[in-house]
Amino acid sequence: MKKLIFLSIMLAITSIVALSFKAEPAKKKNRVTVVKDSIGSVKAFMSVYKVLMSPRCMNCHPAGDQPLQGDDNHIHTMSVKRGVDGHGVYSMRCSNCHQAENDPGVHLPPGNPKWGLPPANMRMVFQGRTPRELALQLLDPKQNGGRTKAQLIDHMANDGLVGWAWHPGIGRTLPPMTRAAFAAQVRLWIAKGAYAPGAKAK
Amino acid sequence: MITVTVNGQRHDIDADPNMPLLWAIRDILGLTGTKYGCGAAQCGACTVHLNGESIRSCCTKLSRAAGQQIITIEGLSANNNHPLQLAWNEMNVPQCGYCQSGQLMSAAVLLRENPNPTDQDIDDAMSGNICRCGTYQRIRAAIHRAADLAREGAKS
Repeated sequence: MKKLIFLSIMLAITSIVALSFKAEPAKKKNRVTVVKDSIGSVKAFMSVYKVLMSPRCMNCHPAGDQPLQGDDNHIHTMSVKRGVDGHGVYSMRCSNCHQAENDPGVHLPPGNPKWGLPPANMRMVFQGRTPRELALQLLDPKQNGGRTKAQLIDHMANDGLVGWAWHPGIGRTLPPMTRAAFAAQVRLWIAKGAYAPGAKAK
Repeated sequence: MITVTVNGQRHDIDADPNMPLLWAIRDILGLTGTKYGCGAAQCGACTVHLNGESIRSCCTKLSRAAGQQIITIEGLSANNNHPLQLAWNEMNVPQCGYCQSGQLMSAAVLLRENPNPTDQDIDDAMSGNICRCGTYQRIRAAIHRAADLAREGAKS
């Protein structure tokens, strides 16, 4: 009987040891290992934040229902309104003045085929947001246009209207880093865990 | 050659596609009711309808109008009897008149989309059309009057 118990225990131990050396399933091989790093993630987001708060981005993400203009973020002349779809109201639709490309010359309307604000039901406000508030907002599909993190990266890195910020036409300042550097920081922020900065971060 | 339909009439225009639409309308087609004001989409004097939207023709390239429907002040109505034109006449809105073509074209879009506009709706719609004579109060009153005329016309 003792031999039987001893053999059973040995068999169990052998099985456990054998299982511990079992090869990883094939599907796990392709997984990207996420090394969470809250400090690195927040650092990357703070770079992203500086771009998002630059006039070329923030002017079309206002706190109110009117677009902003200029490096001083003044309200768009002519008292332009957001409208339900973000493209203006009545005879004051964005594309009535803004063309598919920048008009050449100082103080002439900048342009892009998608020119407009976020729609009234998804306002995506940047103006006045702290780094923490903006990070949490960007990550929330209910506030970011229903985007996953991958879609968020794609939007920041590849969207044509976002890209206008780096080709704003004569007389307009550029965001504080290149678009490639910006996209890299967005990827880094998310890859390192998509942490939001602390409440006191500025 | 760029084909544009202006006030229901098809035109083949031999011009630089980058030419401002306003130039084509005024200098090539001879429709001078639409005015040049600022050339920077700031004043609204050059407003015409492109597929029903009140665009600023000074900053719109001719190429954007290719194959599209343009309506100028000359084509707003067949007999100058659009409710807005009747109201403008009745209430003596213009002073110098230079901006009024653009004012009427913008107001027409407003009334089409909102047959009973409030003062705020009028301000929202008309804030891109500047009048140096300051006829804003009469413009607002005339838009209300035109809305009344359109309703009366619909009843009769």
